[in-house]
Amino acid sequence: MATQHSRSAARLMMAPAVILLLGWMLVPLIMTLYFSFKKYLPLRGGDLGWVGFDNYARFVSSSSFWPSVQATLLIVGGVLLITLVLGVLLALLLDQPMWGQGVVRILFIAPFFIMPTVSALVWKNMFMDPVNGLFAHLWKAFGAQPVEWLSEASLPSIILIISWRWLPFATLILLTAIQSLDSEQLEAAEMDGASPLARFGHIILPHLSRAITVVLLIQTIFLLSVFAEIFVTTQGSFGTRTLTYLIYQRVLESQNVGLGSAGGVFAIILANIVAIFLMRIVGKNLDA
Amino acid sequence: MGQIQLNQVTKSFGNVNVIPPLDLTIEDGEFCVFVGPSGCGKSTLLRLIAGLEDVTSGTISIDDNDATEIPPAKRGLAMVFQSYALYPHMSVKKNIAFPLRMAKMDQAEQERRIEAAAKALNLTDYLDRRPGQLSGGQRQRVAIGRAIVREPSAFLFDEPLSNLDAALRVGMRLEISELHERLKTTMIYVTHDQVEAMTMADKIVVLRAGVIEQVGSPLELYHRPQNTFVAGFIGSPKMNLIEGKEAAKHKAHTIGIRPEHITVSAKRVKGAWPGVVGVSEHLGSDTIFHVHDTGLADVITVRSDGEVSYRHGDRIYLVPRMDVLHKFDANGQRIA
Ligand SMILES: Nc1ncnc2c1ncn2[C@@H]1O[C@H](COP(=O)(O)OP(=O)(O)OP(=O)(O)O)[C@@H](O)[C@H]1O
Ligand SMILES: [Mg+2]
Repeated sequence: MATQHSRSAARLMMAPAVILLLGWMLVPLIMTLYFSFKKYLPLRGGDLGWVGFDNYARFVSSSSFWPSVQATLLIVGGVLLITLVLGVLLALLLDQPMWGQGVVRILFIAPFFIMPTVSALVWKNMFMDPVNGLFAHLWKAFGAQPVEWLSEASLPSIILIISWRWLPFATLILLTAIQSLDSEQLEAAEMDGASPLARFGHIILPHLSRAITVVLLIQTIFLLSVFAEIFVTTQGSFGTRTLTYLIYQRVLESQNVGLGSAGGVFAIILANIVAIFLMRIVGKNLDA
Repeated sequence: MGQIQLNQVTKSFGNVNVIPPLDLTIEDGEFCVFVGPSGCGKSTLLRLIAGLEDVTSGTISIDDNDATEIPPAKRGLAMVFQSYALYPHMSVKKNIAFPLRMAKMDQAEQERRIEAAAKALNLTDYLDRRPGQLSGGQRQRVAIGRAIVREPSAFLFDEPLSNLDAALRVGMRLEISELHERLKTTMIYVTHDQVEAMTMADKIVVLRAGVIEQVGSPLELYHRPQNTFVAGFIGSPKMNLIEGKEAAKHKAHTIGIRPEHITVSAKRVKGAWPGVVGVSEHLGSDTIFHVHDTGLADVITVRSDGEVSYRHGDRIYLVPRMDVLHKFDANGQRIA
C-alpha cells in the first residue's frame, strides 16, 4: 500500500471492521464503567443512584481483594511455568522420529478439545475425589491416608487441572517451532563441540524464544479470566478465589452489580499491568 | 597434521546403497576437491568424514588413528556448510567465538584468535552485527572464521560458494585458495562446479553414484581422463566424444577431442571434418562455435580465438590436433 490513493482506499475498506470491533469492545466497557459508579442492586431496590468512587473503595478494602489478586497471579504464574517447561521438554520428545508419530501427536492435542467444565469435573470426580478417586486408591494401595486434594492442596490442584488442559497447546506451538530449526545449525554446533545440553541452551532455546513469547502472551490472556475450573471444583473456597471469581460472586451471589463492575475495572487494570510487564520482558522477542 | 584415510567405507540409507566400498587417502596439507553430478554422494562422503553420519561399514582414520567411532567434535575437523549454518541470534563475534567457548578456552586467547580471524577475513567492522544483517559473502566469511579459530587439522567445505553470485564466487574462490596457501591445512572441498575443482584443487576426486571414477591432479584429469565420464565432466566447454566410423579409424570405440584442440578453417584441408556453424558464443577472448552436420556427432564444440568470426550457417572445416586425441574402449575406459 504505497500510494496515497491506495492508502485511503484501504482505510475506507477497513473502517467497517474497525468500527464493529470498537463498538464490540466499547459498549461493554462503557457500561461497566457506568455501573461501577452506581449503587445498583437488582433484587434489592434496583438503581439507587450515583455513589462516586464508593464501589471502588469497598471493593479494594474488602478482605478478599488482595488474596484474590494473589490467587490469580499464582494460578497464571504456576500454569505458565508448568506448561512452558513441560511443553519444551515434550516438544523435544515429540520431535524425535518414532513409531506412530502421527497418532501420538493427535492424542497429545486431545485435552485441548475437552471443555474446561468437563475436564475439571473429570479431574475432580475421577482423580481427586478423596473416597473414590484414582489418587485416593493409589494412596491407599501404598497404605497412605488419601489426600483431600481440593481442600488441602486446593491451589496446586487447580493449577494442575488447568495445566493439563493448556499443556498440549504450548507443546504444539513449541513443536512447530522446533521443527522449523535448521538441522545444519545443530550439526554445526555439534562439530563446534557443543554438548547436547549446550546445544539446547545455545541453539534450541534461543530459536524457541519467539514461540515461547507467543505461548506466554496467549496463555496469560486466557488464564487471567479462568473461571469454569474453579466454578465446578472449589467454588472459590480454600484460597482459590481469583479476581474473576470474586467479581462473579459480587454480581451474581451478592446481586451487587455496581460493586462487581468496579471489580471489573480493577481486573482490566490488573490485566494491563501484567500485559505491560510481560511486553517489557519478552516483547522484544517478537521483533523480527 | 591432517591425513585422512578411508578404508572400504560404505554407506546405506535403509536399503539404498549410496556409497559402495570406497578407499581414499587425503594427504596432510592437501587441497582435495570432491566433484561429481548432483546426488552422487559428495555431501554424504563429507559428512561421513565429519562424523555427522555413521559409516555402514569400513573405517576412517585421521592421522593414523581410527576415528570411525569418534564423535564429530573430537575429530578436530571444522566444517563450513552450504547454508553457512550461522547462529542467527548471536553476533558475528559470538558466532566465531562459539567453538572456543565450548572448548572453555581462556578469554585472552579467545580474543586473540577472534581478532586474528576477523582481520584475515575482513570482518573486523562487522563483529557486532547479527548474521541477518550481513551480505551472502560476509556470511560465508563468518562461517569460515568460525572454522578457522578452532585451528582444526582439516577443513571440510560443502559447496560453500553455491549461494553466491558469480562475481563474488570468483572472489571467494581466490580467498579460500589464499587461505589454504597461508594455513597449509588439509582442506576437503565439495562442489559440482568443475571450474572450482580445476582452479582450487591439488587433488580432484571425481565421483559418480558413490564410486570414485578417477583421482588425480587437475592437469592429470584434464590430460589423461581415465574414462568417458571424467572426460566429459572435466574441462569447459565439454570434450567432444565421437563414436562410429571416425573412432574406428583410430581403433577405438569412442574418441574424445577437446574444443580447444580443434582449429577452424574456411578452406578444405586434408583430414579435416566439414561442418556448418550453428550458434556461436562470443566471450571476447574466445569464441565458442557449435558446429552441426559433421556426421560425427550431433554437435561438435570448438573453441577458437576471439578474432575468428563465422556466421550462422557458414560452411567450415575442423582440424583436430591428433596428438591430444583421447581414445576409449567400448566400456568407456581409456586406451593407453
Ligand atoms: N538421509 C538420507 N536418507 C536417504 N537417502 C539419502 C539421505 N541423504 C542422502 N541420501 C541419498 O544419497 C544420495 C547422495 O546424496 P548426497 O547429498 O551425498 O548428494 P550430493 O552429491 O551431495 O548432491 P548435491 O550436489 O545435489 O548436493 C542421494 O541419492 C540422496 O537421495
Ligand atoms: Mg550435497
